[in-house]
Amino acid sequence: MSFELPGQFAQFGEARKNGFLRVKKIKEDGGKVAGTFCTFTPQEILDAAGISPVSLCGMSEETIPAAEAHLPKNMCPLIKSSYGFAVSNKCPYTYFSDIIVGETTCDGKKKMYELLGRMKDVYLLHLPQGDREHALEQWTEEVRRFRGFLEDRFGEAISDEAIRKAARLRNQERACRRRLLELQKSDPPASTGYAIYKALEGAGFYFDVNEVCKELTRLADSLEADYAAGKRPAAPGAKRILVTGCPIGGVLEKTVKAIEEAGGVVVCFENCTGIKAMLDDVDADAPDIVAAVAEKYLKIGCAVMTPDKRRMDLLRKLVPEYKVDGVVEIDLQACTAYAVESYTVRGLMEELDVPYMAIETDYSASDSGQLATRLEAFLEML
Amino acid sequence: MYAIGIDIGSSCAKTAVTGGNGTVLWLDQMPTGWSSLEAAEEIRRRLLAAGYDPEEAPCVATGYGRVVVPYAKKAVTEITCHAKGAQKLFGLSDLDVIDIGGQDTKVICVRGGSVRDFLMNDKCSAGTGRFLEVMANTLGMDSPSLIELSGRGGNTSISSMCTVFAESEVISLIGKGERKENIAYAVVRSIAKKIASQASRLNADGARTVLTGGLCEADELRRALGEELGKDIESCKEARYAGAIGAALLAEKL
Ligand code: SF4
Ligand code: SF4
Repeated sequence: MSFELPGQFAQFGEARKNGFLRVKKIKEDGGKVAGTFCTFTPQEILDAAGISPVSLCGMSEETIPAAEAHLPKNMCPLIKSSYGFAVSNKCPYTYFSDIIVGETTCDGKKKMYELLGRMKDVYLLHLPQGDREHALEQWTEEVRRFRGFLEDRFGEAISDEAIRKAARLRNQERACRRRLLELQKSDPPASTGYAIYKALEGAGFYFDVNEVCKELTRLADSLEADYAAGKRPAAPGAKRILVTGCPIGGVLEKTVKAIEEAGGVVVCFENCTGIKAMLDDVDADAPDIVAAVAEKYLKIGCAVMTPDKRRMDLLRKLVPEYKVDGVVEIDLQACTAYAVESYTVRGLMEELDVPYMAIETDYSASDSGQLATRLEAFLEML
Repeated sequence: MYAIGIDIGSSCAKTAVTGGNGTVLWLDQMPTGWSSLEAAEEIRRRLLAAGYDPEEAPCVATGYGRVVVPYAKKAVTEITCHAKGAQKLFGLSDLDVIDIGGQDTKVICVRGGSVRDFLMNDKCSAGTGRFLEVMANTLGMDSPSLIELSGRGGNTSISSMCTVFAESEVISLIGKGERKENIAYAVVRSIAKKIASQASRLNADGARTVLTGGLCEADELRRALGEELGKDIESCKEARYAGAIGAALLAEKL
């Protein structure tokens, strides 16, 4: 089977070309790729169908102008960037994806999926919006429907056993991610937050979950060994920061990096890619495996839910657990859900007596100087 | 022994020398110009001419040019420095400080002698000195005259906080033949509203509020701000040096 490269392939830079060739090879070898956008995507169902989930969250401003041909200016950069990658054929995963899986999370994403559906095969899972008694039942039905859809679409039955197997493997992966994140509990911490985040993010682009586990374990082992040998990657006396809020892959340098350059250290990431989706596992031996998968995902806290008690409960638990000196909420511009909820988080931190600062930013570099000053002043204040 | 504080802002560079026990010995200001590095060199010359050697005495730099002062022993953000300087100038350890800078405006909440919280505008220039400058330019004058003129105006408003849109509002007001003082009034009210809304997000527990930075002597702006916030805003003519004085006080402790 052959897969065509996009028309403008020749103009791409080296790294992008390699990315395209790598994914093309995976496809030619019979692999299937599902593009995902959110920690709520039930990965085990895709795994069991032999489809590799990979995150399509756009993290660069490069494709935003292309997106703005269809999308409003005043919109979250993550949505615009992701959509821009799709319209401009610049992301190999989007380009080669067999299916794109979205959820009814925020309004911006929901409506973006409609437009994306014009050029790609998009499946939308209806995520309940909060904590109604029937939320889990409803979400379980959605996951079941998704399973049925994949079976029809790719012409192959998905067995319970395959889902159980996938759940066991993903549980293992989550354990590895947790282990890496929890290394930061030690005082002083075992790593910079930046390095931890990069490792966790990078792990999302391996197609082989066993490989992910191996890599993450190797990194955690070496960090532990270095720590035992006396290595201290964070500045002495560095203030311990917890980061919460929107996905931050696209703003890591001017936020997390800036915090650590100003003498702080990020000891905990509450947000996506961080701890919130890694805490709960799937009960792989549950009588109804689909319900067990659904249950795991519904435990994730996120501002798209109302009320979002889970996020608050988790924050309340993490602050003492990681001996946090200060909390920085990083929100993306025009993300209403998180911007509004930041008021609640501020109140919670006042109650816990932990200094809190919220910043709102986008993918451009224009505010990096100002952000650095604000973050530095916040650290001076602690 | 003396200590030196240098505050290199986006439009103005301020220097303060304090006498080791907190007394202010010398204050100086000059335009920053296009290069903070050159400004730092010029400050060195002026200090030497006044008899102070920045290589000898402890020196702290602040402001957006804080990292390019080669002879400073330490760089500290303007938030910490303004808080420190304002406490000294007004003899208070509980106060809210509003600093209207060229590129950014800060509201700093000081309680019990230390910064408890602060807010700084996001990347847009609404509510900053830059906003005033753009509007003043459009009206063919400078910021201080615009603020002064606003005292004679009234009855007009501009609704947009965004500098770009507000500028077109001002242009259309000019087009409609609106009186200059009324437009100036609208501009000053707009910036006062923006800053007041920022300031009211920090706990207002009745602490006194002071205005620092280059517009500290702009009485009309201070009055407008006070009306929007529903309280008196204090200031003094040295308040423009609050950042530099704060830096010098921190240098004393080095
Ligand atoms: S912030 Fe919420 S909606 Fe957005 S990707 Fe994360 S979990 Fe999904
Ligand atoms: S950051 Fe906010 S606006 Fe952007 S996709 Fe996530 S929930 Fe939606």
